[in-house]
Amino acid sequence: MNMITGVSIDHDALDQMMPMHVLVDSQGVICHIGSTLCKILGGTDQTGRSFFRVFELRRPSVVDSIEDVCAHGNDKVYLRLRDGHKMQMIGTAACMPGQKLVLVNLSFGISVIEAVQRYGLAGSDFAPTDLTVEMLYLVEAQSAAMEASVKLSEKLHGEKTEAQAEASSDTLTGLNNRRALDLVLHRYISRRAPFTLMHLDLDFFKAVNDTLGHAAGDLVLQRVAQILIEETRDDDTVARVGGDEFVLLFPGLVDPKGVMPISHRMISRLEEPVPYRDTECRISASIGLVSSTQYDDPGADQMLNDADVALYTSKDRGRACATFYTPDMAGGEGHAAGHTHVILSEERAVQG
Amino acid sequence: MHGLISRSLENFIRRTYGQELWSAVMEELDCGFDSFEPMFSYADSLTHQVIDLTAARLEKPREILLEDFGTFLVTDPSSERVRRLLRFGGVDYEDFLHSLDDLPGRARLAVAHLDLPELELTEFGGGDFALSIRSDQAGFGHVLLGALRALADDYGALALLEHLGGTQQEETISIRLLDIEFQKARDFELAMGAAE
Repeated sequence: MNMITGVSIDHDALDQMMPMHVLVDSQGVICHIGSTLCKILGGTDQTGRSFFRVFELRRPSVVDSIEDVCAHGNDKVYLRLRDGHKMQMIGTAACMPGQKLVLVNLSFGISVIEAVQRYGLAGSDFAPTDLTVEMLYLVEAQSAAMEASVKLSEKLHGEKTEAQAEASSDTLTGLNNRRALDLVLHRYISRRAPFTLMHLDLDFFKAVNDTLGHAAGDLVLQRVAQILIEETRDDDTVARVGGDEFVLLFPGLVDPKGVMPISHRMISRLEEPVPYRDTECRISASIGLVSSTQYDDPGADQMLNDADVALYTSKDRGRACATFYTPDMAGGEGHAAGHTHVILSEERAVQG
Repeated sequence: MHGLISRSLENFIRRTYGQELWSAVMEELDCGFDSFEPMFSYADSLTHQVIDLTAARLEKPREILLEDFGTFLVTDPSSERVRRLLRFGGVDYEDFLHSLDDLPGRARLAVAHLDLPELELTEFGGGDFALSIRSDQAGFGHVLLGALRALADDYGALALLEHLGGTQQEETISIRLLDIEFQKARDFELAMGAAE
């Protein structure tokens, strides 16, 4: 085998293998430039121009002679194009044996995507061995796959939120259900937020259901829900916890002077007759109230029980009224209070 | 089958033949959902049933429906992504044809578990090629036929393609490339969004 000290290659082959090369003579003048680099530089022939007018040498920053370049050997060269964009480029330089010429082969490095976009490069602008096109393919394919994943995540998240909302609301009235109430109640208690708990029970509702039918009953319940929403603030919680039982939470409101007028207004509005076919439905409501500040260490079950006791005091007082819980009621637990207590516990057992 | 394939088929049916036909097909199929999720995986038989039911309702041969699906993948604006990813394969139609052997590998690079049939191009010279398609799913050949014809137009080439039939496992397409620069190619910018 002959030892070869160097090879010569014609310009066409050089163009095909390195479409982004420049040949520079000992004076720093460009002798030849590759087709892709020529396209990037606006398509004009750069032959005869100074290499340093076209490129800004970043590293090494000073090159005095061809010998200098050869001394640097195959070090990486950092350049910037002296065009409006100051495009960053990297390259390698080599002295051509037997000729006073330097061959510089360039690439865009990591800014390749930006460059391809900016200069409108096509697959044919890259050497067949250059993996730029494959890389662009991967970038695009990956971003497409990522987009699909993000879409799926968003969809699933939306469905989850919807399912959560459905799971925590009462289908007939759209009010919160027992489950949602328990969540809010436990949140307030664990944060030690002051609030009042209202237990509201409809009076004469059973009569409406029995005489006029379920359709009338449903209509009344929807009307009740509307009134309760209208008479409360946005951050109050209104929940339907049983057939005709409602529990309301009023965060930040613990003074009976503030809560009692709300209770009375609700009762009087609930007593307004609801037209149904050629007749009207008439109901009322009894209310029991308890505030978290009445306890040293409030607990959800305790508060629900005590509001229940207060509610049955209202019923005993002749219905259609509101009563704030006082500790002396607990001792005199009548059969009525005991009765609802059982109902609430049963419901909790079923729902829990 | 990868959901991406089932979902692309769904998009094709919805956009080409309308929402109503799609709903009717899914109702008849009765699989518990009315849309394929592109990132999920489905039983192969489900997609084949969709094809059969759609073809029956349209009174179209299954092969023609699949070929139209292939054309849709390359020409419809909604699947521009597929056209682009295919065009990355080569700078001209011939170069692209030679890249077909790599297509399953390319697809897997893009989306893991996206299994496309094995492709093998044989060149006979004078612009004559044969493409063999090996898969355990029958019908890919007809989808490819539609896609390859549309891509010839996309590259501006004039080519005659024909499905030569085959077995359940292997199909063959013959390709005769008559003129590689027959007309102007459709724009293809390497970088996404370069045209904007």
